[in-house]
Order: sequence, then structure tokens, then C-alpha cells
Amino acid sequence: MQISFTLNGRPTTVDVEPATLVAELLREQLNLTGTHIGCDTSQCGACVVHLNGLPVKSCTLLAPALDGATLLTIEGLQGAPGSNQMHPMQEAFREHHGLQCGFCTPGMLMTAVALATEKPNLTEAEVRHGLEGNICRCTGYQNIVISVMAGAAAMNAAKGE
Amino acid sequence: MKPFAYHQPDQIPDAAKLLTSIEDSKLVAGGMTLIPTIKQRLASPVALVDLSKLGSLKGIIDDGASITIGAMTPHAVVAASKLVQTKIPGLAALALMIGDPAVRSRGTIGGSVANNDPAADYPAGVLGLGATIVTSTREIAADKFFLGLFETALEPGEIITAIRFPVPLKAGYSKFKAPASRYALVGVFVAKFADGVRVAVTGAGPGVFRVPPMEAALSENFDPSAIAAIKIDNDGLTSDIHAEADYRAHLVTVMAKRAVDAALS
Ligand SMILES: Cc1cc2nc3c(=O)[nH]c(=O)nc-3n(C[C@H](O)[C@H](O)[C@H](O)COP(=O)(O)OP(=O)(O)OC[C@H]3O[C@@H](n4cnc5c(N)ncnc54)[C@H](O)[C@@H]3O)c2cc1C
Ligand code: FES
Ligand code: FES
Repeated sequence: MQISFTLNGRPTTVDVEPATLVAELLREQLNLTGTHIGCDTSQCGACVVHLNGLPVKSCTLLAPALDGATLLTIEGLQGAPGSNQMHPMQEAFREHHGLQCGFCTPGMLMTAVALATEKPNLTEAEVRHGLEGNICRCTGYQNIVISVMAGAAAMNAAKGE
Repeated sequence: MKPFAYHQPDQIPDAAKLLTSIEDSKLVAGGMTLIPTIKQRLASPVALVDLSKLGSLKGIIDDGASITIGAMTPHAVVAASKLVQTKIPGLAALALMIGDPAVRSRGTIGGSVANNDPAADYPAGVLGLGATIVTSTREIAADKFFLGLFETALEPGEIITAIRFPVPLKAGYSKFKAPASRYALVGVFVAKFADGVRVAVTGAGPGVFRVPPMEAALSENFDPSAIAAIKIDNDGLTSDIHAEADYRAHLVTVMAKRAVDAALS
């Protein structure tokens, strides 16, 4: 079947089998390999992308759900449009050592940005609750939580400017 | 995944017809249970009938003495709904405890109730509040809907369109999460109405069930102390790698007390 959607701001049309997972479509057909597949069983969150602004696990999303929708992947995350800068959440992860091997990071960032967008003044407890679906095998989460709090504050500040 | 055909009807009768006319077809709502099941080859439907284009299945309506939640309403929308937060805060709190943000973006109340997972949260809320399951053909009382392990009163081709919840005087939910899956090891929903209290338990056994002795005690005195000494029988409760039946029975009392506390706060 043919589906049309907006991918990281660009109109995109692809031919897919209905039984295609969005994670597969992104990685294998569209060469966007920033979205990772950690578990393929809906548990780890390495594959999180934004569908119409909401965080979803792309390993548990069928391609037909994209038709007419807006999809944002880690490749589309950026600072001020056209600036070629990193997103404030990415900056915060770099600044606060929110990653070690980096495998979970694309999913962590997408979940974190969705959390901070939904609720501007996040408490630490809310960040930990919000990250329950994202598993990290390296960091022990401490610096990820610190990064998300800092990134959320930076996103807030940028909004105020 | 094995290939399957994909249908996106925009009328409920069309969806029902597809479902009954295509052998081995299945409804898909949020897909948060169905897609993992297909991936594990525990199901191999030849066709999926997607409910997402049925606009009438979405949204939350205030009916005064009750609220009606469309079957395709995602958990995140119920959790964030000002209407649900105001009228049945215990139900909004339950929705916010399901899975994680990505699961709550996609997973729907209709899918959860139709699936009747023995550790799912919504069945406790639906039974605890004595809700009504509205389908494409009829209305079913919660007390007659849940028939045990993944089994419900739904007939082949029958589609849940909405769940109607009576507004209680007070209600609360408390669950002991299985740490890895976040499903309920034991979850208890307590609701107080003018004519008595209902207590529904999920996670502890093969299906959601009520606890009449706790209901009687709480109807007399709606306070955690009223049920502190009531321990339910281990018989028929689940024992698995996560917990023994005895521990689950113990947790039912603990979670019920906390649910009453939550309802009172
Ligand atoms: C990582 C993870 C964690 C989770 N944690 C929890 C948790 O803590 N608590 C909890 O309760 N759940 C949890 N879930 C399950 C989640 O809530 C699912 O969303 C829900 O059980 C199914 O809803 P769905 O909309 O995704 O249904 P689907 O997966 O699309 O469908 C499930 C079944 O219901 C049928 N169906 C769907 N809609 C209807 C309808 N309207 N009428 C008739 N039949 C229908 C389908 O044919 C299918 O058989 C979790 C899931 C995941 C992946
Ligand atoms: S790869 Fe999707 S949740 Fe792990
Ligand atoms: S940084 Fe390695 S898995 Fe998170």
C-alpha cells in the first residue's frame, strides 16, 4: 500500500507492506538508522519517535498508521530551525554525561523532549516516572535524569526568549 | 512478521462485517498488545481491521451522573482529561499508571478491556466502578463482562464502542507494579457510591474479581482500618515467578487499604 506522511518536516510517500513496522521502514527503507532497535518487544524504548507530537515505540507501530501523520525521528531533532545547532535536550545530555555507549540515547532524547514539551516544570519524580519505558544498560540513570531536568529547563528558557 | 491485509473502515457496521466475513481477521486498536503478540507468532491474522478511522469511538463525554469514554481513547488522554480528573480522579490516576508514556500514547481503553489481561489495570477500574461496556450491538454490565483469563462476553464480530462509568462519591486505585513490566502484580480499585462500596482486584488471579467481605466492611465504615484484618483466601490465586499466591493474597489487603486512602485524599 502507498502511504504519505511528513517525515522530519519533509513530505514523504512510500510503498510498504502493511505488516511493516515503522522502525524497519525507517532503518531499512529510508536509511534513517538513528532510531535504534534494542529489544523489538516493546520494552526498551530505544526506538521511540514522535507520531503527531506524541512519543511512540516505532517497533510496535505499523506503517499504515503513518498515513497522513507527522513523524519526527532523532534525525529531525534540532536547535533553532536552520541553525545547525543541537537541540537543547541533546546539549544537556552532552553537558551532563547523560550517555555512555549511546545506544539508548535516541529513544531517551525523544521521550525526554516529549515529556518536557507536555509539562514544562518537571520534578525529578515526574522525570523518573516518564522514563519508565526507556532502558539504559550503562549509566544507572542518574545522569540521564540530571540531563533531562537541565534540558527541560533549557527548553523552557528558549521558549521565553 | 507474516504478511496480512489491512482494512481501515470508517463505519462501525463495515468494521463488524469485515471481521465476521474474513476468517482469522482481528481488530487492531492501539496495537500495544496485538503487535507484540503477532511478532511472537502467538497470533497470525490474515487481515487486520483498524479501528482508528472510526471517529465516533474517540473522546470523552460528560453525561452528568456518568462519563462515557470512547473505546479508541488512549490511556494518555484519559490520564490528562480534566473531566475524568474532576469526576473520577481515581480513574485518571489508574490510566497514568499504565505502562510508560509511549504505551499510553497508543494503547486504548477498548483494547485493554477487550483483551482482559489478568494483570491489566482497566479491568479493575471498570469492575470496581460497575461500568457498562457499550458495544456495536448491545450494552453489557461489567459484572457480566469479564469471564476469566483473557476471556470476555464479547461475541465474534462484536466491537466495543465505549465504556460508561457511573460517577462515584469517592474512588481510588492502588497497584503493586511488577517492576519489569509495570503490569499489576496486584491492583485494587475501590469505589464508594450512595448505595454501597465496590472493591475489584486485578493481577492476583486468572481474572479480575470482587471482594464482598471488604465491600461490606467498607460500606459500614469507609476507612482503611475497616479492612485491615480481612485477608482473602489463597485458593485460586496465581503463583508464578513473580509471586506466590500467599504473597498476592497479602498484597490484596495492603493495596485495598492504600486504594481507600487514595480515595479519601
Ligand atoms: C511495554 C508495555 C507495558 C504495558 N503495561 C501495562 C500496564 O502496566 N497495565 C496495563 O493494563 N496494560 C499495560 N500494557 C498493555 C496496554 O495497556 C495495551 O494498550 C492494552 O492492553 C491493549 O490496548 P490496545 O489499544 O493497544 O489494543 P490492541 O493491542 O490493538 O488490541 C488488543 C486486543 O483487543 C482487541 N480489541 C481492540 N479494540 C477492540 C474493541 N474496540 N472492541 C473489541 N475488541 C477490541 C484486539 O482485536 C486485540 O485482540 C502494556 C503494554 C506494553 C507494550
Ligand atoms: S526496540 Fe522498540 S521498545 Fe525496544
Ligand atoms: S548509554 Fe548505553 S544503553 Fe544507555
